[in-house]
Amino acid sequence: MSKKILIGVMLFMPFLGMAQTDIDAIMMEKNAFCVGPGYSYSSWKNYWEGRLKRDNENLGTVSTQMFNVMGTYGVTKRLNLLFNVPYVKTKASAGTLHEQKGIQDLSLFVKYVPLRKKVGNGILTLFTIGGLSTPLTNYVADYLPLSIGMRSTNLLARGMADYQVNNFFVTGSATYVFRSNIKIDRTAYYTTEMHLSNEVDMPDMTTFNLRAGYRTYHLIAEAIINKMTTLGGFDMTRNNMPFPSNRMNATTAGINIKYTPAFFPRLSLVAGGSYVIDGRNFKIDGVEVLVPRNVGQALTIDGALFYVLDFSRKSKKDTNNNQTK
Amino acid sequence: MKKIFFAVPIVVAAAVIIIVACSKTVNGRTDDLAALSPSAIDINAGDWKPVLLAAPTDIVVPAPAATNTPDYIAQINEIKSWQQSITQEEKEIVKYWSAGAILRWNEILRTLVAKHNLPPYQNDDGTYPFPSANNPLAYPQFPFANPPYAARAYAYVSAAQYDALVAAWYYKRLYNRKAPYNVDSSINALIPKSDLPSYPSEDAVVEGAAVETMKLLFPGDQDFIQQKAEEHKRARIISGANVRSDIEAGEALCKAVAQKFVTRARGDRAGAAIGNQAAWTKLETDAIAKGETPWYSLEVPRRPPMLPLFGVVKAFLFDSLTAISLRPGPPPPTASSKMKEETDEVYNYIKDDTREHYRIVHFWADGVGTYAPPGHWDAIAAEDFVKQNYSEVRWARNMALLNMALMDAGIVCWDTKYFYFNPRPTQMNPAIKTLTGIPNFPSYISGHSTFSGAAATVLAHIVPENADKYQAMAQEASLSRILAGIHYRSDCSVGLQVGQNVGNYAVQRAMADGAE
Repeated sequence: MSKKILIGVMLFMPFLGMAQTDIDAIMMEKNAFCVGPGYSYSSWKNYWEGRLKRDNENLGTVSTQMFNVMGTYGVTKRLNLLFNVPYVKTKASAGTLHEQKGIQDLSLFVKYVPLRKKVGNGILTLFTIGGLSTPLTNYVADYLPLSIGMRSTNLLARGMADYQVNNFFVTGSATYVFRSNIKIDRTAYYTTEMHLSNEVDMPDMTTFNLRAGYRTYHLIAEAIINKMTTLGGFDMTRNNMPFPSNRMNATTAGINIKYTPAFFPRLSLVAGGSYVIDGRNFKIDGVEVLVPRNVGQALTIDGALFYVLDFSRKSKKDTNNNQTK
Repeated sequence: MKKIFFAVPIVVAAAVIIIVACSKTVNGRTDDLAALSPSAIDINAGDWKPVLLAAPTDIVVPAPAATNTPDYIAQINEIKSWQQSITQEEKEIVKYWSAGAILRWNEILRTLVAKHNLPPYQNDDGTYPFPSANNPLAYPQFPFANPPYAARAYAYVSAAQYDALVAAWYYKRLYNRKAPYNVDSSINALIPKSDLPSYPSEDAVVEGAAVETMKLLFPGDQDFIQQKAEEHKRARIISGANVRSDIEAGEALCKAVAQKFVTRARGDRAGAAIGNQAAWTKLETDAIAKGETPWYSLEVPRRPPMLPLFGVVKAFLFDSLTAISLRPGPPPPTASSKMKEETDEVYNYIKDDTREHYRIVHFWADGVGTYAPPGHWDAIAAEDFVKQNYSEVRWARNMALLNMALMDAGIVCWDTKYFYFNPRPTQMNPAIKTLTGIPNFPSYISGHSTFSGAAATVLAHIVPENADKYQAMAQEASLSRILAGIHYRSDCSVGLQVGQNVGNYAVQRAMADGAE
């Protein structure tokens, strides 16, 4: 998910829901390896130039397709390792800009459960997650909004808490993303001042994610709200092109469903959708809240299929219990 | 319990991350330059040939007060009191400006071009607004610093600075007032010492000429410009390079010189270069009458062509008849098999959009929000000139030669573009998707090629040891437009040649201006 969030920022599209990821409260059992392909389609016509919402007849609708392979391995039931590799393709329906495509960034995550205990009528689980993403190819970052990524190497630290009562749960997480500087093909660029350099300081980001819904072994149905904020960066000026170090903020709402059939429990099907909320700008004591900025108002749908391979000797027992409830 | 150890690497990683994240500062290539220490003071530069002035004596600079007068001693004490309480910030200002006045003001000008190089957003009815010099802060802000506007701005600022410095050098030699640190040995020279007389101040001349010409060129940015100007003058006093009367005499001199350039600029026909609906329509009907497919804007809604009458702007290096004589012959007819062949070549390039193609295209794109191709060549020149340790007057002379050539290349290029009004490759074949934005003006001849041909020719003369490098850069800049899918090969090859022809006029001038 956080990978998706990053891609969303990069491409003017939001994050979307996906289970069995670094941002949900699901863990794989020891020695189980869950892997599968995913696909998502995202498009937007309107975007925010700074805070000004507009369309652009010279872009039309900008669409992003992503094909990815993600996987999770249970080192123990408290420690999972995750990876994700996407292939991304972008296109504008109008104007003359050339489409972009290619393999984007490899993401790796370590997900750990330091605490799991009964609290009240339910179970509280705490997670700590560390992540790394880095470009796998030399794609072009400075070609927004059609770049397939931003090229920064990111380190991610996340705290997450999950509380489940019977079949209902709520999960909240806070994430800090450190982003490395990037190099672009030009030797100078203007932000709010001139930079005589091909290096761009990429501002760090935070993400707050809240998801709640129904969760059983066979079915998870959840609603998700995600707020992502770039800590710094600058606004696009009027009728200018976007730039990788723009201040990109978006609040997104989505739903996500995961189904694991009883007759074939090694398989999971995931589907979801999300939309960048048309937030209004308001302030609480001078703090800006819910301000979409320099991002596209994307609608995203996605689907994925996961298959569990069990490398443990006591495989039969584990497949019945491969989720942390 | 041992599981807890798995959390340790995460915590450690997080800590490392925080440390790494704290050192993300991006340094510009010219942030930490050493102070300019000219290898020659060019004491006779007052004899060099100015651009607009008939002679340095066109402007009268009064004789300075003697260095033993109370007035001068008070000015020396002003330097001393600054130096006694110098702050870190003041040291940094001194360091910044000591890299060179021409260099820094050229960078400031490039900054303003990049800030203003944005095409206006359309009106609700699909027409486009134009910026107004009388109301520069209203949207769309004045100016739209597109490539021709930028070329002209660089040329006026550079040429005004050069003429003012020639006059300043004339009076420096005439009055021969020593620099403050050579008058009073208790003054610390925070910049390299020089035997160049300090009256009138060359820094004030450069600063003042920029400020005066930029009032016309960037009237909405006076707060930024004046703040830089104040800082520059203060830096010179703090550093012990100038007393206040050096600065004041320099400013008075350059204001008078700059006025001549401002007057010229008001009458150089650039103000009418936007044209009007009748002029735009005529371009189209004329092309049709010649049996050609006319250019049309590929923007939605269709935008009027960029500065269609810029081709008649008064050039610096030649008269208007010469400008017309530099116009090349026609491009292949739009219906010809040659044109189809060239269009197919472009299509084949954009189908093969390799990463190296993007590198070349984006390195040279210099499009929206940038300092434009003339600014890119100024940046290339400036970073090479830094290594040459020129005196300020030689810096100014070389930048003026370069920028006059770039402006005049723009004039001939724009004349050619609108004389032939030739469509872009994507108009001939809409399947041609481009690796950068398509500029909103006709195809033949390529502006990048013309600018680059001119710049490389001038720079090869100024820094001969880099001639091959400049030639290769111009070739790559030219090629980048074909790889991008926005120009035909003939636009680029002819553009380079036309640029070289224009550049040669600057070389002729260079060989005759007394500086070599």
